[in-house]
Order: sequence, then C-alpha cells, then structure tokens
Amino acid sequence: MTSPTTRTAPDAPATAPEPPPPTPSRPHLGQRATSLLRPLLNLWLLAALLVGWEIYARANPTIFFPPLSSILRQFWADWLSGPPTRAFLSDQFFTAVVPSMSRLTQAMILALVVGVAGGMLVARNPVIRGMYSPMIRFWLATPKVVLLPVALQVFGVSDALNIFVIFFGTVWLIMINTADGVAGVNAAWLRSASSMRLSRWQLYRHVILPAAAPQIMAGIRVSIGVGLIMVIVSEFYATTAGVGYEVMRFQETFGYLQMWSAFLLIAIIGLILNLVTAGLERRALRWQRRTGLGAL
Amino acid sequence: MTLTIDNITKSYPSTKAGPRLALAPTSLTIGRNEFVCVVGPSGCGKSTMLMMMAGLLSPTDGQVRLGDTPVTGPPAGLSVVFQDYGRSLFPWMNIRRNLAIAGQAAGLPRAEIAVRVAEALTAVGLHKVEHLYPWQMSGGMQQRVAIARALVVRPDVMLMDEPFAAVDAQTRADLEDLVLKVRHDYQMTVVFVTHDIDEAVYLGDRVLVMQANPGRLLRDLPIDLPRPRDQVGTKLEPRFAQLRSEIFRLVMRPVEPAA
Repeated sequence: MTSPTTRTAPDAPATAPEPPPPTPSRPHLGQRATSLLRPLLNLWLLAALLVGWEIYARANPTIFFPPLSSILRQFWADWLSGPPTRAFLSDQFFTAVVPSMSRLTQAMILALVVGVAGGMLVARNPVIRGMYSPMIRFWLATPKVVLLPVALQVFGVSDALNIFVIFFGTVWLIMINTADGVAGVNAAWLRSASSMRLSRWQLYRHVILPAAAPQIMAGIRVSIGVGLIMVIVSEFYATTAGVGYEVMRFQETFGYLQMWSAFLLIAIIGLILNLVTAGLERRALRWQRRTGLGAL
Repeated sequence: MTLTIDNITKSYPSTKAGPRLALAPTSLTIGRNEFVCVVGPSGCGKSTMLMMMAGLLSPTDGQVRLGDTPVTGPPAGLSVVFQDYGRSLFPWMNIRRNLAIAGQAAGLPRAEIAVRVAEALTAVGLHKVEHLYPWQMSGGMQQRVAIARALVVRPDVMLMDEPFAAVDAQTRADLEDLVLKVRHDYQMTVVFVTHDIDEAVYLGDRVLVMQANPGRLLRDLPIDLPRPRDQVGTKLEPRFAQLRSEIFRLVMRPVEPAA
C-alpha cells in the first residue's frame, strides 16, 4: 500500500519506511467466506435478474418487452424446430445464419491474409512502415461504419458490400497486432535463424510467423468480435438476408418477440465464436504458456 | 578448412569521445580441426570477434575468410552454438523439428535430414526426445539439443559463444566432455569463447587471451596437454596448473594501453 504522499514525491528514497498497512480485524474468516460464496453469488444474481425480468414483463404486458419464457419459446420455434437429421435447426436458421456466417468467414479470411501479410511488411520494412503506419493508425481510430454509405454507392446491395465492410472493419486490427508481434520477435531467435542460413521464406514461415503468433492470435480474437458487429450493422443497413436483416425485419413489422429471439441467436453465435477462438488459441500457443511457466 | 582473420577491427559510433573501439586490429589463423579457446574479461571483444567469424556481424575493417572465401554473411559449413539456449531453440517446434530446420535451411533432401537428425541426437547422447519440446527439458539437455542442431549440417567449423555459462558445474563438466567427443566424431574446427580459464585450458589446443579497453588479442598460447583429456586426470597434471595460472595472471593483470 503506497500512500498518496509517497506517490507524488518521486525524489523520495525508494527505501523510505512506510507505515504498516492497517490489518483488518478478522481477515481470514471474511475472505474465505467471500471467496467460497462468490461463484454462487454470481449465479444467484444472474438468476434473480432473469426471474425479475420474467415477473416484471408478466406484470406489465407490452409488445416491446416480452417475458423471457415467451422469448425462449419463440427462439425454439424460430431456430430449433427442424428435423433431427439437421441437428433440429430450422429452415429459417439456415436462410438467416448461413448468409451472415458466409460473409463473416469470407471477410475474416481476406482480413487475415491481407492483415498478416501487411503487418509483416510494415514491421520488417522501415520504408513501408514510414509510408503506411499513419494510414493504419488513421483507420484504427476511425469508426469504420461511417463508410457504409460509400460502400453502398460502390457495391450496391450485394454480399460484396457486407464483406467489404467487415473486412475493412477488422483488417487494421489484425495488421497492427501482427506488426507489433513481428517487431517484438526476440533478436536471439532471428540470430539463430540467420546463422542457420534460413531462406527468406523459411524465416517467415518457421520463425517470424510462429514467434509473432501470440499477438496475431490476440488480434484475431478481438477482430472476430468486431467482425460480428460489422456483419450485423451492415445487414441492418443493406441486405436481403442474414441475422441482422432478421432483427431489422421483425423490428419494422412489429414482430418484437421474433426480434428478441433473433437477438438471443446473435448472442449465442458470438459466444460460440469466442469459445472456438479461445480454444484454437490455447492449442496453437501451448508452447508460449509452457515457456512462460518454465521461466518462473 | 582454415579460418583466417585478417586485420579485423570493430568500432561502434559513440556519443562524445568519437567511435568506441570494440576490437583493435586483430589477425589470426585457425587451422583445420584445431580447438581454439578464447578467454578474457567482459568487454574484451571475444564475443564480437566470434560473431564476426560467424558472419553475423561485419567487421569495420579487415576481412574474415573461411578457406579462400571471404565471410560476408553466415557461411555454409559453419555452425554456431549460442549461450542462451532458451532463446536459440524454437519453443514452438519439437526437438526433431528444431534439428530438421537446420537441414532444411541447408537444402538437404528429406530422407537425408532424417538420417542426420538421428545421427546428431545420438552424438550428443539424447534418446527418444524427438517429440519433446525444449521447455520440457532441463537447461543442460537443451544445450545438448543446440549442439545437435549445430551438427546436423556436419559443419567444418563450430563456433561456441560461452555455451555453458548458464548450467551447473556437474552438467558443465559433462557438456565439456561432450564437446570434445563430438569434435572428435565430426572432425571439426572448434572456436570456443568462455570466461572460465579452467574450461579453456581443459578443452583447447590453443588458448587466445584477450584484454579489454580496447578489446584486443594479448597472447596466443599453445596447450601442450596430452589427449584424450580427462576431467580428473588432466586437471591434476602440474602442466595444467602452470598453464591456468599463467593465463590467470594475463587475464588479471592491470589494463595497459594498446601498443
């Protein structure tokens, strides 16, 4: 515990005696009880909120804010009423989710290829860095959705519009993370690679890319979240199919129950994407955590 | 192949007092299959000299030649073992891949790489480790892997930069004997930089003593101890004690201005 006076006096000697921190009267009992109860408390709070929602919505019926039980029933009917051979997924699920995920996948692959290649170039080549890093910072700082009207002019209402907007929203994140990762690759690894006479391709493929992978993966994880936002927003704005379109269509036709059910679907898709990315990241970067532990 | 160092210097641009001389003009010839140890205090330019031999650092002036070819970058037929094994092996590759990459870089065919990897691991006394990762091994074992990686290309010259500075005494003695063994097996020239005088005398055919401010070569001493060397026997010999105290006096003597 550093007192505020010590913090504001940078010229004070580092070994200045500090008053002993005040000891709470019964630290052990209180802390232990809290640490045991915390997960339970969290769950109780969530449950209480959901129950509260249900009770409130039943007590004050309105079409804008339906009770949770109705939303879940609607969710079941909308998305999970299909035959067992298709994992119970409904036709509506396929017509809505497939276009959205296809756009997201295509755009993310494009962003990954361009972002990783561009990030490496920026990190390894000072000329390119000088030329392009101001542009990268500009686009990182700009809310990319402002480009939607421009993209609509260029692409019209087409998949290309959605893909472009998702790509443009995520590529800079991947690029800046890759560039940071590549610039931070340990010099000893590069020296080793150089003394073994690795070709340029071998150097990038076997040393620089894996060494920078932790940061690249972090960039990908963040950009998938952003990518999902861009899918939905671009589908709000201009498309004829997709989960974002469904939300908008139901909202415009006063189908608030279906709107909430689509909202729940989007939340679940986001959760699944997050879990999958985290799992892939853990597998791919096993060496990094182990190396970190070994160094302790 | 002879390793020739022809009047090389290395200086770095400095702030006020002009460029700082890391290595004053140095010339030296290292013959085929020689084992040369380099000792000296820190800042004497011993690692700088080694990095220039490795083609990882270019001399400010002068030339390094391997055979008749000037060294302008890392040359073929020369391997380097670094001090920091934790940062020279690649933790995202298992041991087999860590070794194979050296063969791939040298453009060897796949089947040949497999043979060389097995041969190198046997030479350093490691068995059934192909599928382990560096971080699953002790420091001594990791440095054995680093030596094995250097052997994959069957080099004519192996340069070692304080390779055992970070391991315990017992492991260090084992690794010293290992270096003598692989040098014999592979018939290589070895240049071995160390700050440990006993280690230099025990291993070398020749010991180069260097001095700091500016870094320069002070003495080139032949080590006339019989081979094979033995951790106990060799170190008990009066000649060993004589040589080590002579080098100790050279290393410890007050810095005198360069001639």
